[in-house]
Amino acid sequence: MSILVNKNTRLIVQGITGNQGRFHTQKMLEYGTNIVAGVTPGKGGSRVLGIPVFDTVEQAVKATGANTSIIYVPAKYAPDSILEAYDARLDLVVCITEGIPVLDMMLIKNYMKDKKTRLIGPNCPGVITPGECKVGIMPASIHKKGHIGVVSRSGTLTYEAVNQLTQYSLGQSTAVGIGGDPVKGLGFIDVLKMFNEDDETFAIVMIGEIGGKGEEKAALWIKDNLKKPLVAYIAGQTAPPGKRMGHAGAIISGGTGTAESKNKALGESGAYVVKTPDMIGEATYNLLKSRDLLEKCLV
Amino acid sequence: MKIHEYQAKALLEEYGIPVNRGIMAENSDDISHAVKSLKPPFVIKAQIHSGGRGKAGGVKIANTTCEAVQISGDMLGKTLVTKQTGPKGRIVKKLLIAECVDIKKEYYVSMTLDSENSCIALVASGAGGVEIEETAAENPDSIIRRNIDINIGVRDYFLRNIASMLGVDDVAGFIRIGRGMFELFMEKDCSMVEINPLVETPERALIAIDAKVTFDDNALFRHPDIAGLCDINELDPKEAEAGKHSLNYIALNGSVGCMVNGAGLAMATMDIINAYGGKPANFLDVGGNTTGDSVAEAFKILLSNEKVRVIFVNIFGGIVKCDIIAEGIINAIKSLKSDCSMIDIPIVVRLAGNNSEKGNELLNKSGLNIISKTLMADAAKTCVLLSQESLK
Repeated sequence: MSILVNKNTRLIVQGITGNQGRFHTQKMLEYGTNIVAGVTPGKGGSRVLGIPVFDTVEQAVKATGANTSIIYVPAKYAPDSILEAYDARLDLVVCITEGIPVLDMMLIKNYMKDKKTRLIGPNCPGVITPGECKVGIMPASIHKKGHIGVVSRSGTLTYEAVNQLTQYSLGQSTAVGIGGDPVKGLGFIDVLKMFNEDDETFAIVMIGEIGGKGEEKAALWIKDNLKKPLVAYIAGQTAPPGKRMGHAGAIISGGTGTAESKNKALGESGAYVVKTPDMIGEATYNLLKSRDLLEKCLV
Repeated sequence: MKIHEYQAKALLEEYGIPVNRGIMAENSDDISHAVKSLKPPFVIKAQIHSGGRGKAGGVKIANTTCEAVQISGDMLGKTLVTKQTGPKGRIVKKLLIAECVDIKKEYYVSMTLDSENSCIALVASGAGGVEIEETAAENPDSIIRRNIDINIGVRDYFLRNIASMLGVDDVAGFIRIGRGMFELFMEKDCSMVEINPLVETPERALIAIDAKVTFDDNALFRHPDIAGLCDINELDPKEAEAGKHSLNYIALNGSVGCMVNGAGLAMATMDIINAYGGKPANFLDVGGNTTGDSVAEAFKILLSNEKVRVIFVNIFGGIVKCDIIAEGIINAIKSLKSDCSMIDIPIVVRLAGNNSEKGNELLNKSGLNIISKTLMADAAKTCVLLSQESLK
């Protein structure tokens, strides 16, 4: 198994007729993702790369039985696209879009509360189950099918981590980029829970960054619940307070959200915390070795 | 996005919140107009985007018109160094000249985004006029904190509760202020609305004496009026220039210039430089879809910082291939060399991911002062070494 996406994923691309949407649709098709429909209002009836385009998500779901959607829609319209995917009762919505206003995301988050649909993102690279399905913008070539679950708030830093794992012959069960915005769908704990229950995931790499309290909360959960070894890295140990470091959520304010506090919490939870980003692969390798799990994880 | 106090108070007034009368002044004509239109005594406040103005001499009282003209003239054009401006300080280009208000009691009231709980947090305290961080450290029990559900908003009972906890006399006035703050927050996509102090006069009137309002940058597209309030004098010139080219730049104090794709990797690059004993000169995210043009612009910005002794280019080629990026780097350096005498700053490049070998080969053959490294740690070590040598 794996988490969130797999061979049974039937994907809709919202914003398929835009440059980004079309480009990544091509890349996802090349990877073998089962893309069943595209949605762009006003473009219903046309085709992009052979994929039928619909005006609404609801029409697309009715016609194709889609269960997942990915959103490449500009920030101004993306909140609408997320809500549309929710109302069509999909299992999973992945929103790549960067720059959605926080108040819009808060309204969406509050609306989501009692719905079955899960949201990943916004402002994220998406999710990939190597060898089965890619729903995102990550470079496919660095991934390898295997047993390490990866969860991260960052894009390129996730690629960095995955690349290191692959170089150590440590394949990945699923890699999830939860996104760099302060208000988002799935958080660390949600994804860690799934990895914890997933039979194919033997160890986890978690990549956090400064800002918010997500990592601290995750650390408490890890301490009491996680059955699998976890390697963690927190980016931004040297970031100055009060400055937003690229990601909307990456800001140290009023003394909270520091890498120090996150590292401390994770260290106390039993996680193996690395201080520099180049150590992620090696540390995972060594940790697995010390727990007698290495043979099972090498691919 | 930040705005000045005088702009924040104008917004508060728009939303029905009483403020003390004041006029913004940029020159001597403005000053004489202001002191004629207002009643003494005056409070004269430097309009810069920084806290701690009072301690730095940026807030002064004038009892007479004559004194106000004198103080205002002195303050305008002066450089203020506060704990937030850094040692270079900030030149005062605007003043707010306002009428003084008799103070019986001072409160602190603010609304801020609480992203953890997906709501707006109302924070209030009876210790107004002091920074809330100070109150939180010294007298945490005096701070009242309540979550506002953005679907429900602020109801009268909710604000009545806060008013009674604070011991406010004019409860109806407090409710109007709370409602105004919330409306402003929601309608203009604020990230913070802070009134500090909210003053209670001996006549029981509530008046906002100082205010800070900040906005969600992501929402500025739907508020051209707010975007227009931005004072470019208050931005770091390099940060502003970077913004024009969709680059994310933040100035720091070290000597290793950084150019990285992706915010997370950019922070990680700063961390690894630090781990090897160096200091990053900046945070710079050129974005996930790096092109040759953005690389050239990024180099220009890095090179305009005279503290930079070495440049660390750390790129993970994802969708964009490393050989394309290497070409972009080479072209950028060549064109910069021809149109400005680009100082011979060594450039350490670490390419990983798609076509990284091809990219490294191109860099090695370029004949330029580029050191290519495959491992991030090696690259970081080299950068730190080169910067230290150059500083000697």
